[in-house]
Amino acid sequence: MQSRLKTIRWQGIATPLVAVFLALLVGAGFILFVGENPLTAYRILFMESLGSVRNIATTLQRATPLMFAGLAVAFAYRAGLFNIGAEGQLYMGAFAAAWVGFTFTALPRLIHLPLAILAGMIGGALWGAIPGFLKAKLGIHEVINTIMLNFIALYLTDWLATGPFHGGSWVPETARVSASAALARLYPPTRLSSGIYLALLAALIAYLILWKTKQGYELRAVGLNPQAAEYGGINVAKNTIIAMAISGALAGLAGTEQILGLHQRFIVRFSADLGFMGVAVALLGKNHPVGVLLAAILFGALQTGSAAMDRLTSVPRELITIIQALIIFFVAADYLIRRILRMKEEA
Amino acid sequence: MDTVLEMRSITKQFPRVLANDQVDFDLRHGEIHALVGENGSGKSTLMNILYGLYQSDGGEIIVRGQKVDINEPRVAIDLKIGMVFQHFMLVEPLTVAENIVLGSELRKGPFLDTKRAIQEVEELSQKYGLRIDPKAKIADLSVGLQQRVEILKALYRGAEILILDEPTAVLTPQEVEDLFKVLRALRAQGTSIVFITHKIKEVLSLSDRVSVLRRGKKIGTKATSETNEQDLAEMMVGRVVLFNVEKKPAEPGEDVLYLDRLSVKDQFGQVKVKEVELGVRSGEVLGIAGVEGNGQSELVEAIAGLRKTAGGRVFLNGQDITDWSPLKIKEAGFGYVPEDRHRRGLVLDYSVADNLILGFHGKKPHVRGGVWRDDKAIEENAEKLIEEYDIRPPVASQPARSLSGGNQQKIVVGREFTQDPSLLICAQPTRGVDVGAIEFIHKQVIAQRDRGAAVLLVSAELDEILSLSDRIAVMYNGQIVSVMSREEVTEHKLGFLMLGGRLEDYRAGEVNGHAE
Repeated sequence: MQSRLKTIRWQGIATPLVAVFLALLVGAGFILFVGENPLTAYRILFMESLGSVRNIATTLQRATPLMFAGLAVAFAYRAGLFNIGAEGQLYMGAFAAAWVGFTFTALPRLIHLPLAILAGMIGGALWGAIPGFLKAKLGIHEVINTIMLNFIALYLTDWLATGPFHGGSWVPETARVSASAALARLYPPTRLSSGIYLALLAALIAYLILWKTKQGYELRAVGLNPQAAEYGGINVAKNTIIAMAISGALAGLAGTEQILGLHQRFIVRFSADLGFMGVAVALLGKNHPVGVLLAAILFGALQTGSAAMDRLTSVPRELITIIQALIIFFVAADYLIRRILRMKEEA
Repeated sequence: MDTVLEMRSITKQFPRVLANDQVDFDLRHGEIHALVGENGSGKSTLMNILYGLYQSDGGEIIVRGQKVDINEPRVAIDLKIGMVFQHFMLVEPLTVAENIVLGSELRKGPFLDTKRAIQEVEELSQKYGLRIDPKAKIADLSVGLQQRVEILKALYRGAEILILDEPTAVLTPQEVEDLFKVLRALRAQGTSIVFITHKIKEVLSLSDRVSVLRRGKKIGTKATSETNEQDLAEMMVGRVVLFNVEKKPAEPGEDVLYLDRLSVKDQFGQVKVKEVELGVRSGEVLGIAGVEGNGQSELVEAIAGLRKTAGGRVFLNGQDITDWSPLKIKEAGFGYVPEDRHRRGLVLDYSVADNLILGFHGKKPHVRGGVWRDDKAIEENAEKLIEEYDIRPPVASQPARSLSGGNQQKIVVGREFTQDPSLLICAQPTRGVDVGAIEFIHKQVIAQRDRGAAVLLVSAELDEILSLSDRIAVMYNGQIVSVMSREEVTEHKLGFLMLGGRLEDYRAGEVNGHAE
């Protein structure tokens, strides 16, 4: 039995790996189609994303917000909730962090930075708690509500950053956050920020909450079998709201890191679907914090390497988007991959 | 009678489990052959091999004198073998006729020839006496009728050998009767039937012959007329099984549970429990007999706090607990084995250890400082209960899903019983549980009674009610029609009351000599 458990665990890791492999294989077909050598293209992709400390730093910089967003989606998923609203929560968190960043400029760094980060978390948490509350109390499905709240968050922050909090330049953005609220740059000239530490810490905390606390026991029970949870004296409504709030806080941190680390101001529509990428990252990472970190690094690497591939070969950078989509396709086609694995085992 | 099917020395090895160990099996023309054994004894595996879902690692299959190689269900269907699974494979939004012809649709040009499909299904249902409306949607049918559609599906494909995998597990007693009628009719028309079950009563009332499997090995095949309940149980379990629980007379005390004109509605707003007045005393087992769907589930869920009451009060040890939260009720000394362990009683993807703390996961010693899980204490709790309640396999880290029904139920029973609750509700405690585990669970229920717990037993199995209860209440149409002491009750009387008869009429009938 122990060995069977190991097999199951092993398969949990194997599926994403096989998915990535298959996606690269199909991607190679596309590369051949545009008349390039796939091996050359992939070598460039690899070297430019992970081949030097500087490239690794860039990869991690790209991966950081994906880590937060992936954790957000994964955390909600563990409680049986599909949070499509990470994008909206991210914007709300980002704006809250920016606001603290450019408003309380007189504060010392030791207070100002944590306060801005906290504001980012709270902004996301509140925005996440709304659909959690609607689901818990009125039974409205969270997918509908989170999607709609995305639009509200988007247009609300559009207005905030171009209206009352417009920075005064010709660009649709707020004023700069003060240096006392900015995350440190770890490896200039790359823009990798100390937000990466925060992401690792968030992953650790998410893991501890889910698997080492009473709260996590309840959250996962609600996710796996709400009726049994109710029978076991677990307040399903309360846990639904908590899960969405924590998920929202994590998504808020994704935005916070982008604002306090990368942009150092709130720019209208800065995210470019980071929140939605979180869904893909969580899926590839099997909704496990460690898996999410690895998946985020992979996606970060693909994005980093794609620019160089575009520059150095005739393979367009859009190929990377295709590969990302293929990875998700193959992860979702879990069943197919397990069949392939089993065939190998039997052979 | 001719043999239509022979399986010789079938062996199937799963990782770490030898599911079939050189099993021989044969089926005669026009017989009902019961295949019995406890959960995990290899019955389903053997039949899945026959149907081409698994490949055997050894042995051979001979169908109507020809050695065959059944490597996929298609081959089995071509050999006129049909199988009805425990979990139906029906497309719910489609009609009966559409489901039956699915996969071999009649076409009119590019379109489905619905008219002819309906006509053919009608002919088929007439031929075999399986009444069904071909135009009805599957989703609107009862479970019993859905099963009938599955049988018709197999017959439509020309099945002469019909395998039914635990067909009664999902049926109500009335539906079981209907199914048996259908199977007898099919037998009369020459269909050969393999009937998988672990319920001995069904074997005795339905089959012509019976084969027993235990841990993957065939123990024997007998003519049903030459065996009996005790004999079969011993073959299945491998030791003597006690059907009647030994117990001393009850020593009841005060009312622990008292229901004061309790009314409960179901989720559609229908009143399912009507002003029920009932007391359960410490040190006694009160059995509620009744055909399912007469309000028992709603009654129990209302007591447990899982369903809001619609009127009346619930008292536990004199305290008004009406509409308290499930957690508070639990903490007031309430233990509960729910009727559906998969839906309510277990988180199947949680480990055995985690399931053994469900409901007590926030209490010491499972939690330190009110926040952190104490994995060591949880593990120790699991080891203790696994040992005490004989949960097999004894692996605390294994997901509950991978255990057999009986062992899953032992998780629920162990978890609830070990808290020494003052009120214990056991709803269908042995449903889908194998013979050995039934005996064990029954003993534990009596032990709880003797400890001084008030036990409320709800069961659709008359035998269970009769052998465990000190007092028996009959529930019909949302009301308790009568509460009797065990001595006053006969099986016949219970059956009469369960179907809506009135006690006065029964007594009158006894006087006039009609009731018996």
